[in-house]
Amino acid sequence: MSPETRPDFLITPEGLRLDGRRFDELRPIELQCGVLKTADGSASIRQGKTYILAAVYGPRELHPRHLTLGDRAFLRCVYRMATFSVPDRKKAAPSRREREISMVVANALEPALFLEEFPKTVIDVFIQVIQADGGTRCASITAASLALADAGIPMRSLVPAVAVGKADGKLIVDLGDEEDKYGQGDVPIAILPRTEELTLLQQDGYFTREEFLEAMQMGINACKYIHELQKDALKRAYAKRAPEGSDEEEEEDEGGSEYEDNLEADIGESDYDEEDER
Amino acid sequence: MAGIFFQKREIVVPGQLLAEGRYRATTGTYSEADGKIYSALVGLAELRGNTVKVVPLEGVYIPREGDFVIGTITQVAGNNWKVDIGGPYEASLHANNALRRPYDEDISHYMDIGDVISAEVITFDRNSGPFLSMKGRGFRKLTEGMILEVSPAKIPRIIGRRGSMINMIKDLLHIQTAVGQNGRIWIRAPDIPTQRLAVKAFKMIEEQAHTSKLTDRINVMLQEETVKLKGSQGARVANETIDSEKEDSN
Repeated sequence: MSPETRPDFLITPEGLRLDGRRFDELRPIELQCGVLKTADGSASIRQGKTYILAAVYGPRELHPRHLTLGDRAFLRCVYRMATFSVPDRKKAAPSRREREISMVVANALEPALFLEEFPKTVIDVFIQVIQADGGTRCASITAASLALADAGIPMRSLVPAVAVGKADGKLIVDLGDEEDKYGQGDVPIAILPRTEELTLLQQDGYFTREEFLEAMQMGINACKYIHELQKDALKRAYAKRAPEGSDEEEEEDEGGSEYEDNLEADIGESDYDEEDER
Repeated sequence: MAGIFFQKREIVVPGQLLAEGRYRATTGTYSEADGKIYSALVGLAELRGNTVKVVPLEGVYIPREGDFVIGTITQVAGNNWKVDIGGPYEASLHANNALRRPYDEDISHYMDIGDVISAEVITFDRNSGPFLSMKGRGFRKLTEGMILEVSPAKIPRIIGRRGSMINMIKDLLHIQTAVGQNGRIWIRAPDIPTQRLAVKAFKMIEEQAHTSKLTDRINVMLQEETVKLKGSQGARVANETIDSEKEDSN
């Protein structure tokens, strides 16, 4: 691989970005749910060339024990980049950056989860970056929240995230790798879409007050769009698991009262032929 | 504006607005101060009376008092057994709740590590438990048959409305089963093909749990398969008789 050089411009004379996007345009995003069989919940995200897998296990017993929280579940996030995820081989040892992003992702997801429902347990979130092309921490949050929902963990809302940055003096949404490296700033944002509460807000580079406020608004709008994609991916995953022959009309005929699922009246035991030995 | 914002048994996602106004939030939902009810899970939304709930499609086993569970003994500690009932919480079973007094000091004589039991959850809250009890009919050490593990979220569907599904399977296959709320099913069948068929039926329910008319489809599948089974067995019997006749003639 030839050494990377700074491109002559990040915004073309026609007013488009390096990959031909407009300023407020996201890269194509592809979300998928339930991609890993052994995990309790999983999701993958493709955002441009970025490709990330997220796996959720739990709630389960927490080891080591001393990390146990008496009143709620412990959310343990691990963000890792594969050695082959970047052009120069990434060292396999966990880096300071990976630890930071692990923490940041956990903090971004925690406000959305009802962790108090599972005291003394752990919910493990493993995030593996297969291919990195900018915006991995935001894509990680988007994918991880989808995996958490897939695992059946109660939550207030899905958490979409996106980065807004500045290149050649223009505010741009969803930075690619080069825009991130050679641009003038970067603001990753994660929100709870309904209330627009921020769960992640970081910044590097310089922004004026006006620029920053505009960047926030652009980020929130983009997040809301990603949220729609998340909801769609989740519904799609479960609709697909329904076999054919269970079309809508049938359900209409059946009516609510015929629904066999009755949690209250369920008895979990059969009659045994022989008597209890004891 | 009061009302319901979902179709009957619609697949809903976390954060989706379900109802507003005089409705009550129950399992799988949460309500905000403004009285709006949102889903907390991916699942099927349901309205019963004026309570809104979401039946989950995934999730680990969280014990509830009164649950019938099937567990494996992992430890014998004094006069307690530690029991793995799946999920994040390990259960305890005190000897007083399992044995008739007087009992031997070494309770591993009665049940030891690796034994599989059926029991009831008697207490579980945020601070302690879960604790099990084996006092009552149907709670015992399971010594024969097999254990099948399914997702605990699918158990209500496997049991069916007032046991309709499980009773149908039992009647058709003439097997003994016990379905634990923790996603474990004990099956004892008269022969291996029947056992395999039972496993197939349970797996099918697990896979298609959120679809309608499932009882009918399972019924059809089992009818067809049992006919095949009887057919092959019948053929085998017929062959054997021919063989024995040949031997006789020789």
